[in-house]
Amino acid sequence: MSNTNIFPPFVARRSFIELSARERAQSLMDSGSWRELVGPFERIESPWLPEQGIAPQSDDGCVVLKGKIAAKPAVVVALEGGFQAGSMGEVSGAKMTATLDLAARDCQNGTTTAAVLLLETGGVRLQEANLGLAAIAEVMASLLALREHAPIITVIAGTVGCFGGMSLVAGLSSYIVMTPEARLGLNGPEVIEQESGVEEFDSSDRPLIWAINGGEQRVGMGVADELVVDDAERIAAAIQRYVKAGFPVVHRSQQVELYRNRIAALDTSKQFDPFSLRESWNNKKKEGVAR
Amino acid sequence: MEQLKFDYPSASRHVTKKAHVGVVGSGDMEILMEPSPTGTAHVSILTSVNGFSSSWKAVLDRFFAKYEGAVRIHINDAGATPGSVMLRLEQAVEVIEQ
Repeated sequence: MSNTNIFPPFVARRSFIELSARERAQSLMDSGSWRELVGPFERIESPWLPEQGIAPQSDDGCVVLKGKIAAKPAVVVALEGGFQAGSMGEVSGAKMTATLDLAARDCQNGTTTAAVLLLETGGVRLQEANLGLAAIAEVMASLLALREHAPIITVIAGTVGCFGGMSLVAGLSSYIVMTPEARLGLNGPEVIEQESGVEEFDSSDRPLIWAINGGEQRVGMGVADELVVDDAERIAAAIQRYVKAGFPVVHRSQQVELYRNRIAALDTSKQFDPFSLRESWNNKKKEGVAR
Repeated sequence: MEQLKFDYPSASRHVTKKAHVGVVGSGDMEILMEPSPTGTAHVSILTSVNGFSSSWKAVLDRFFAKYEGAVRIHINDAGATPGSVMLRLEQAVEVIEQ
């Protein structure tokens, strides 16, 4: 007798979070359609890390694939959260910028090419300082150029999350897909605690962190578009839908007045809770059940 | 930061594939394994942990006692233990010989 039905459904899922950056990128593209650009054997490593006694990685923690998603031309850039917390250095930043530029050039030549960014990153790689900051500025400039032509879909799956300057990159993209395990925020919890004290933000309080930065809350507030369970197939299906949908008429980051008014309307004399914020910003109190 | 090099002239069987395994995270490492241009095996290691040259040699000696492929190996290491090093080497062989 088969006893497979005693296992809960998630056992049968193929976890996306457990995949490496390269496996994640590959799992999103049409089978056999892709090739990797500037792969590990080209050995384009950070020249700055060894000088500081830190081992570099042969792809600088940034994986670039060019191929097809839902039979449409696409590029995928995946950051490896296991290497230096997915931080952006000179090389990884240049790879992401060049990929977005390549997609934009293809668009201008008549081949609409979508971009998918898999962001597991703490932001700027502090060891590369200004070069990392410059890299993120370049990524944002290239992203803004590309989104005139094609959708840019950011996926934040976890467990690193997406913070610092790269959260701005996520904010500029056309769509954001998150899992309930993922977090999105400008300053990470440890940074806030260090700068403003534990009374302001307790970085060991996981329910607090997820109530503010977690995927369910971000989608519930309407600052991310879709909450998907940690399942490689379902995440791939969501991305295929957004690639087919094309870029939105108005990007979220263009709705300056809407968000300015929302922030102005917040009553900061009392502590507001995550659910009321979802209700007032998105009119969906219990939104956020992962599909 | 230490750079180590080892040669294994007895490992000379021709291989055709490449393998990239692992991640340079704490206690882990990455391996780039590819056909050696000289026809015998060479290993280069860049490690953030100094002073373990003899441990590296012991693990690699044991690995090449069983494996005879003419591979060029590069390792970026962030403090993998000898056990993890051996597992990563075997994982790379699995990829390259499949």
